[in-house]
Parts: sequence; C-alpha cells; structure tokens
Amino acid sequence: MNRQDILDKVQDIFRDILDNDDLVLTNESTADDIEEWDSLTHIQLIKAIEKDFSIRFTSREILSWNNVGEMIDSIVVKVKV
Amino acid sequence: MKDFKQLKRNLKKDLSSLPSLKVALLGDSATQLLATALRGEGVERGFHIDLYEAEYNQVERQVLDRTSELYQWGAKYVVVFQSTHKLMERHALLPPDEQRRLADERLAFVRQLCQSVEAHIIYYNYPEIEDTVFGSYANKVEASFTYQVRKLNYELMRLSAEQKNLFICDLAAIQHKMGRDRLFDPAVYVSTELLLSIDALPVVASRTLDVMCALEGQAKKCLILDLDNTLWGGVVGDDGWENLQVGHGLGIGKAFTELQQWVKKLKERGIILAVCSKNDEDKAKEPFEKNPEMVLRLEDIAVFVANWKNKADNIRTIQQVLNIGFDSMVFLDDNPFERNMVRTELPDVTVPELPDDPSLYLEFLYAQNLFETASYSTADSDRTQQYRVAAQRMVAAQAFTNEADFLKSLQMESEVTGFNAFNTPRVAQLSQRSNQFNLRTVRYTEQQIEAIAASPEYVPFAFTLADKFGDNGLIGVIILQRQDATTLFVDTWFMSCRVLKRGMEHFMLNTIVAYAHQHGFRRIVGEYLPTAKNGMVADHYPQLGFVSMEDTATALFALDVEAYQPKECYIKKKR
Repeated sequence: MNRQDILDKVQDIFRDILDNDDLVLTNESTADDIEEWDSLTHIQLIKAIEKDFSIRFTSREILSWNNVGEMIDSIVVKVKV
Repeated sequence: MKDFKQLKRNLKKDLSSLPSLKVALLGDSATQLLATALRGEGVERGFHIDLYEAEYNQVERQVLDRTSELYQWGAKYVVVFQSTHKLMERHALLPPDEQRRLADERLAFVRQLCQSVEAHIIYYNYPEIEDTVFGSYANKVEASFTYQVRKLNYELMRLSAEQKNLFICDLAAIQHKMGRDRLFDPAVYVSTELLLSIDALPVVASRTLDVMCALEGQAKKCLILDLDNTLWGGVVGDDGWENLQVGHGLGIGKAFTELQQWVKKLKERGIILAVCSKNDEDKAKEPFEKNPEMVLRLEDIAVFVANWKNKADNIRTIQQVLNIGFDSMVFLDDNPFERNMVRTELPDVTVPELPDDPSLYLEFLYAQNLFETASYSTADSDRTQQYRVAAQRMVAAQAFTNEADFLKSLQMESEVTGFNAFNTPRVAQLSQRSNQFNLRTVRYTEQQIEAIAASPEYVPFAFTLADKFGDNGLIGVIILQRQDATTLFVDTWFMSCRVLKRGMEHFMLNTIVAYAHQHGFRRIVGEYLPTAKNGMVADHYPQLGFVSMEDTATALFALDVEAYQPKECYIKKKR
C-alpha cells in the first residue's frame, strides 16, 4: 500500500467519523483547517484508523503529529512491518 | 448495540418530540465522550437527555457547595463517575498507615452525596486495577489497593441498600464481562484523561440508561420462551420427551439446564414466564411433567401456548391474558424466521438475536442486561401464581352470561390501609411499573412514599384485592392531597391492570368519597396527564361522574362530595 492509498483510506475514515462527505485531506491538513476535528474527535479518528489498518499508535504518537502527513508517516512505518 | 459513532449521530436528529430527562454528570476525569454516549443512548431509548456536564474534576465542589450549578440545574438523575485511577492516585498519596482507610474515606463522601442530593444518584462502582504490588498476597493486606477497591465495592452495595436514592451502575461488572484491556485504553488515557475506551462507551451508556429506564417505569415484566432447541436440545415431537438434551447426561444438555436455571431465577425474581411454541400442546407439556432433568416445571409457566398458529398471534394472546404492554415482553427463540416475524409484527417486543450455538446463549444474554429493575420485593415471586389464577379466572368468566353474576361469584374482598412498612416497597414498585391505568404517572421511590405517609398534607390509600381464586396483593393506590379546607386533589391514582373490569375503580372511588365526607371536604379534584401509554384512563373521571373544569391548563375534573351516590360494586371491604 503506497502513501496515496493510505491517504485515501484515511480521508474516507475522516469523512465517516466527522460526518462530512466533502472533506478533502492533504499531507498539510491540520486540525485548524477542519472544523469538526477537535481533541475529542481526534480520539475517535485514531481508534477508527487503528481498527482499519490493524495497528496501534503509541501515546507519544497520538500527541506528536502536527499535520496529516506526519500521521501518515506513522501509519506507513507500521503497515510495512 | 449501537457503536459510539452511531450514538453520536443520534444527536443530530430532531429531539424536540422526545420527552426530556434532566440529568447532571459529574466526573473526576474527562467525561465529554461519556456525555455524548449517554445522550445518544438516551435517543435510542426514546428520551431527550437534557444534560448538565460539570467541569472537569469538580465532583466534590459541586456536591459540597449548595449554591453550585448542580443544585441549580435541578436534575432528576445525577450520574457520578469517580474513577479507580484517581482513587489509586489518592492511595499513593496517603501515608502507608492510612491507606487502610481509603475505602471508608470515599464511602463517607458518597454517603454525604446521597444526603445532599435529592435526585436519583447513579454511581459507577470501581473496576479493579490489579497493581500486583503485593501480588495475590494483597488479599491478606488490608492496606493494599486491591483490598481497598474490593472493600469499597462491597460497601457501596450495602450503602445503596440503605440509601434509597443511590443506584449503583455496575462498571466493575462491565469490566468483568469486557475485560480490562478492552474497557481501558492506556494510550488514549495518557494523552487525553479519557478512562473509557471508544468500544466501552456504548456499553457503559447502555447500562446507565438501563437504570434510568427502570426508574422511569420501562422495565421488562415477561419472558416468552420457545421450547425446541431454545429451552431444550432437540424436537420433542420427533425425539420424544425422554430423548431431549437437557441435564448433564445427554449431548449438550448442560447448556439448556443452565439456561433453565437462569430463567427460573428470573421467575423467582418476579418475571412472568410464558411459553410460545409450535407444537401439539400435550406433547409440549410432556417434558415439563415427565422429564426429571427439567429445571422448569409447568407451575413456573404463567401462560402456556402451544399450537400451530403463527407466533405473533400467540404472543398477542399472551399479552391479552397478562394485560401488560408489548414493550415489557422479551421473546426468546432459536429460529431466525420466527424472531424476524415477531419483530416485524410486534416491533415493541424485545427479541434478542440469539447466537446459533446454544452453548453461547447464556453469556450472550448476560451481556444484554434485559431485566434491569428499580425495586425488588419478595412479593414479586408470587406473581406467576397470580397470573396463573388470572388465566383460570378468564375461563370462569366465559361460563357466565351476565357480568354482574360473574363478579358476584368471585367473592371479592379488598383491604384498605395507609402506607406502612410492609406495603411501602410494593407501593413504590407499583408506581414505577404502572403505565396504563395511571392518571398522572408520578413515579415514587420508597423514600418518597415514606415521606408522604408521614406528611399531614397527604392522605394515602393502598388497596389489595383477593377473590376465591387467590390473592392479588396490593393492586391499587390513591394519594389525596389536601388543597384547602374543602378540596382534596387526587395526586396519584394508579391500579394494576391485572384487576381491570372488576369494579375496583368504583370501590376505590367509594372509599375516598366516604373519607372526604367524614372529614368535611366538599369537592374532589382529579387530573389526567396524558402519556404514550395511559390512553385507557383518558375518560376515567368523566365516566365516574366527575365534571370537566373549564379554562384549565391541564385536564381537570371535579366531583361534588355531597351529591355523590355510591357506585355499585361487588367488592367487600375487608375488616
């Protein structure tokens, strides 16, 4: 699965959880750009991504990402293994 | 069960048509997601939960400060989530010689909470965290955290028996069922202070709403059972009563024995059992009569329907005999076709989606928590007998052509008393369970019933009814309120539907008018507050001769005490 596939899948998850079918994610997207993305929906998003990709994030990772690209980086590493 | 995402979506619906419940939520951790789950599950149960969520970690302040938002909010339910994590932190901060007092310290606060808040308190008990500081040896060490948490949970049970407004929501039991590693997500907790995982939230919300719904009178009263491959393994018509799988000898009989033991406990708790089976009746009854491995016997079953008609029609028959709402019935059947048919025809009946493998039945049913209750009294266990008698009475009624002759033949007798230590739990319970014959649908706890009994403002009446077939026990309640020197207001009038069409309402009215007359009251005012379920009493007061009052906001009716002629009835007052 390449980065773009992962980004597409993550975008689907964001659309589903945040209930917004028009939402478009890029590597540069941050919580500031997306109205529904707050600290609480963040947890829902993480849990949904973990389930979908069958991975687990660490507590450090959950707090570390500055944008979607960094989140994808974490996923890429885990999915490869 | 809906997942968290679905519960959250519920909040986007138009909730304005739902009855609203005022709830306050206090917690010592981040409770925002729990709040969302509670509100979303409320919608599932038909309530708009009007929620006040206290700021983070304000439990003590909100409770101890009498001017706090908690008291201003005036909630009917106060949900309190004090976590094992914070308790553990407290344990760590105490000097070792004081750690043995941890549970008592917390209990003292909960006791204070019960005394300060008048609302129903729903308090989560403490899921254990096994810190292994002492290993299993902790069981011998009073100061260990494990010891203190177990003591606290045990003492909370005792406290809830004593404090009538305290209801424990058994979070520890949820953890036993789900497992700690699913209930709690350490990575999420560390980054957010959320203690319940996304997967656990719907379960916790559901169990919390179970408690509220039971207090709101939405409890299940009846379990309807299929027989072949539900209550025993095999098909009685093909295999014969002696070859069924039940008991410890044959095949997977153990699974069915244990299911029957569970069902029997429900029956002893007061759940009415009915059978609904596609079978010849005599064949279907044989295992109950002849198979020594059967736990359930015929006398445990209040209504036994076995024939070849469709099950929805048969459940309608059971409903008529028992005279309870479809929404208080649970139907267990192994056959997906029958389940779907009943779901389609009778959507109010709860139909659990039993797993294919009977060995999974019980653990699956445990997880559903179908039979939450808000009260329990030992009289509940007589209920089956009363309904069996009701079924006999229906047969007897068919033999009379004239209703009055039938009623006379019953030799009915009613005992009229106030509220006392004996009937208080039963009165409170009937107030929570009566939905149909209930004029104002005010629900009372035992505590409130005791307060009414002690107050000079109220005149309470409790009615029993016995006849030649058996004793129904307490079946009706009227609470009169002295409005002024000449007027009595009917604060409460409810009656069990088991005694409909027996002239009981005439007897009750005769009783209260006689009281009014003796004490110099000139007028009795009644009020009808409509709900989704009490349509049967919409014309109750006009039918009894009350006159509708004009220009009132609600449906009020007045009766002139002087002009009243006692109604004819065939019930004698028991001396």
